[in-house]
Amino acid sequence: MEHVAANPWVALAYLVSGVCFILALRGLSSPQTSQRGNRFGMIGMAIAVVTTLVTHVPEKTVDILLTSLPPVPAQGVMTDYVAIFEILAAIGLGAAIGIVTARRIAMTAMPQLVAAFHSLVGMAAVLVAVAAFLNPVAFGIADVVTPLIGQPFAVIHGVSRVEMILGVAIGAITFSGSVIAFLKLNGNMGGAPILLPARHAINLGGLLAIVWFTFLFFQTQEPLWFYTVVALSFALGFLLIIPIGGADMPVVVSMLNSYSGWAAAAMGFTLHNTAMIITGALVGSSGAILSYIMCRAMNRSFISVIAGGFGAEGGGGAAAEKIDRPWKRGSAEDAAFLMSQAEQVIIVPGYGMAVAQAQHVLREMADKLKEEGVRVKYAIHPVAGRMPGHMNVLLAEANVPYDEVFELEDINSEFAQSDVAFVIGANDVTNPAAKTDKTSPIYGMPILDVEKAKTVLFVKRSMGGVGYAGVDNEVFYRDNTMMLLADAKKMVEEIVKALG
Amino acid sequence: MDFVAILSIFVLACFVGYYVVWSVTPALHTPLMAVTNAISSVIIVGALIAAAASGAGAAGASSKWLGLLGVVLASVNIFGGFAVTQRMLAMYRKKERPAVHK
Repeated sequence: MEHVAANPWVALAYLVSGVCFILALRGLSSPQTSQRGNRFGMIGMAIAVVTTLVTHVPEKTVDILLTSLPPVPAQGVMTDYVAIFEILAAIGLGAAIGIVTARRIAMTAMPQLVAAFHSLVGMAAVLVAVAAFLNPVAFGIADVVTPLIGQPFAVIHGVSRVEMILGVAIGAITFSGSVIAFLKLNGNMGGAPILLPARHAINLGGLLAIVWFTFLFFQTQEPLWFYTVVALSFALGFLLIIPIGGADMPVVVSMLNSYSGWAAAAMGFTLHNTAMIITGALVGSSGAILSYIMCRAMNRSFISVIAGGFGAEGGGGAAAEKIDRPWKRGSAEDAAFLMSQAEQVIIVPGYGMAVAQAQHVLREMADKLKEEGVRVKYAIHPVAGRMPGHMNVLLAEANVPYDEVFELEDINSEFAQSDVAFVIGANDVTNPAAKTDKTSPIYGMPILDVEKAKTVLFVKRSMGGVGYAGVDNEVFYRDNTMMLLADAKKMVEEIVKALG
Repeated sequence: MDFVAILSIFVLACFVGYYVVWSVTPALHTPLMAVTNAISSVIIVGALIAAAASGAGAAGASSKWLGLLGVVLASVNIFGGFAVTQRMLAMYRKKERPAVHK
């Protein structure tokens, strides 16, 4: 088969597709341009798929009779319509599953869905790499050598061997890692970190083994080494994500996002395909930047997140010295009164709001307050929720206008001039210990300064539970704090009722 | 294309990605992940090549079926990814009217 890049128009089409993907991400710089960006993404994908379909029409070899006299049996090549049908059916099946899932999924389940989608990209990369290994000539990455004795065989180019094994390894790690992330986010598996003894040694050993077998495969093109790398990579992805839990999930999800990009890029190198390389680079850097933003928002190094086990090791000490301190309990009526008298209320949502599905009733509460002439704003900490931007999507779902929703650095100075900070389902991201207590596991993490507001209303299920970091929150015991102990959704419903 | 040409595209695309992603507003980070997910399924190109190839023997046949399975998985991601991104982006609205003061 002719090489893909042989026709300049084909290469050009893939380049246009890559540019469309860049424009798709560019559109996300503001909500107004974002939908146009998404359409660019779809156009780019359509160009890539159609280009591949028309340049790789399935063909089959058939026996024919040449119409000479006498007829001569010979072989001819004709379009394989069955194969075309199979491919279109595969696309149709995938499209149906994808669209139905996208329509039905609840917005609160978005982190799981994204993790599941990552696993599909990883698996697709593995399948493509294995297919390329089995049939390298079709991908134009091998020369057929016909020895004097025996069958002709394909020799895969040296560079391609490394590229395809990189693709298969990253794809496999992405797949098994994402499956674990999905199970944790979906609640099929406990969120708590699972710590194996000597896990760092095991992971490092696994990585070195992958490098070693890659080298062996590079030298020998031996199938056994190829499949060993596949198996080791599946295991490594599993082991990497197992010890990471709970509030570190935003980093994990972003990291897997990045991996799925690098897997696509590696396969792009194998296939010499510009669209795949550009996309891989975009997605890879996107995930890496998101991981960096999440780590910075927790003041933790990427390495320490990957090493895992946060909250499982340091939590003991803080819990032991916990003493009974006086705190104030408030009712829904108190909260309603305080907020209706306020000039400005800042709402601080966290993962607890997502769990309780309280975003809709929260917006109702904000509407009532606005009717009373209260200014309402929302303050979002970068790591609130289980994935980057999780809270923003939920608030958007509840019809909260995005110009009322602010990022940490844009709103933090406003707490001091606000009458009420209404914390719902957030905890660690409001803990002043991050600023003062050097021994605290969250020391140095940028926090929302809710304690500077005249009154802090803190919605929490009970006084017993501590946040993910396992540290007590100073804010609970302050004179200007009123604890509203109930399920987040119920409490807000009662406040709405009390507001009349 | 030779390796260095491809590598050049890759490196430059990484820089483009770096600047483009930093300009994404944090409010849209979840749609960003959804759409990057969708576009990374451009790996379907590889799956289509495998599915369309006429390989001889058992290796060729399994390569074709792996390709078809890859096409299904990547299509789920493409259609699901773009659809869910569209659904999310449609929810982001600006304030329709100024707050009513009594």
